[in-house]
Amino acid sequence: MKPVEVKKDIWWIGAVDWSRRNFHGYSLSPLGTTYNNYLIVDEKVTLVDTVDKHFWGHLKCSVAQVLGDKKIDYFVINHLEPDHAGSLADAVEYYKPEKIFVSPMGEKAMKAHFHYEDWPVEVVPTGTEISLGKHTLNFLETRMLHWPDSMLTYVPEAKLAFTNDAFGQNIASSERFADEYDPWVVEQSLRHYYANIVLPYSQTVLKTLDTIEKMGIEIDTICPDHGLIFRGEDVTWVMEKYREYALQKPKNKAVIVYDSMWKSTERMAEAVATGLVDKGVSVKIMSMKSDHHSIVMTEIFDAAAVVVGSPTHNNGILPLMADMLTYMKGLRPQNKIGAAIGSFGWSGECVKILNEWLEKMHMDIVDPVKHKYIPDHDALGKCHELGLLLGDKIQEKLAE
Amino acid sequence: MEKYVCTLCGYVYDPEVGDPDSGIAPGTSFADIPDDWVCPICGAGKEDFELES
Repeated sequence: MKPVEVKKDIWWIGAVDWSRRNFHGYSLSPLGTTYNNYLIVDEKVTLVDTVDKHFWGHLKCSVAQVLGDKKIDYFVINHLEPDHAGSLADAVEYYKPEKIFVSPMGEKAMKAHFHYEDWPVEVVPTGTEISLGKHTLNFLETRMLHWPDSMLTYVPEAKLAFTNDAFGQNIASSERFADEYDPWVVEQSLRHYYANIVLPYSQTVLKTLDTIEKMGIEIDTICPDHGLIFRGEDVTWVMEKYREYALQKPKNKAVIVYDSMWKSTERMAEAVATGLVDKGVSVKIMSMKSDHHSIVMTEIFDAAAVVVGSPTHNNGILPLMADMLTYMKGLRPQNKIGAAIGSFGWSGECVKILNEWLEKMHMDIVDPVKHKYIPDHDALGKCHELGLLLGDKIQEKLAE
Repeated sequence: MEKYVCTLCGYVYDPEVGDPDSGIAPGTSFADIPDDWVCPICGAGKEDFELES
């Protein structure tokens, strides 16, 4: 894709990774993604972030299309993760920048990634202002949003913020702006990205949104490093969405995620769902054999209750459920009611192990249901009752 | 009692508040927190904390 002028003299020069489906080895990007980076053409020409190393050639080509033979003076590196800083070593060697601006934690991360000796690095803590001529760069450290090195760069003259991974979405597209794209797809992609990457740092998100408000920073364009750019009314929309996601206010919704060998736990899951539906709760039943943990997590993060199901297997739980629980715990979902279900043949450790995971996630736990071999009418009745009980607890929680 | 800052993520341990989610009661000084405690935000160990300046 060719460079696009986002605002006068501020260009998107990113790369579109149309075929990317596996995102960083732990999440999915079914629509592909982009590595957005930007160029500010001013007295001091400034490159904001780079792209994944595979697109280094593309970066050079995009820069040449905007600048011709003009040189780049400054680099701003908002985040060191290789999908954004992967071309940095090549870019330093090729463009020989006069200065590289990076956050205090970013300097440490940059050293640890690139082991350089004589790069012209200048550390810019929160509040630093750098004039480029017509434009000024203001920096705001956003540690743990979502790495220690993360920072946000704001250009007051353009009312534009380069937010790095914050507000990102994995969408490969020919369009550059959210207002040119299907809003439903934008919202779903924003949710998926938040639930799988930003969720553990929700407190930092709230703090950053408050800081932006308190500082009275006027923003009419948000340029993230993945997906579409937000402008005009979409800026308020996306910031409100982030506040909503970060607050993790539960919805009238439950997710039942399970794995099953001979469909006993699966039948129990369906019986729990009928009880929840009887109480007016929206339910998603998700099988780990069909759904990737990142897709399940996107559903869990705004649900009021999570039911986890696994039969007992070799005195433990099935491996795909262990995958799901490890992944879920790391993302630190808050404000959840939890319950465990599972069938067993002889020893029956499943629900005990599942409950231990729910405890580690500080969930409000309801008594589990387990059943030996094939669930009969009574056993499924107990599962239905569990669904009813969860439904009541969800309504209580929503009324809080 | 003195506050300590996580040098990785900026989280501030305030002894008056403690870290009840990790079993650290309000009123616990930083020195009295068990050595296996980790930063509730980023998971850094106690050795990554500095006295708040």
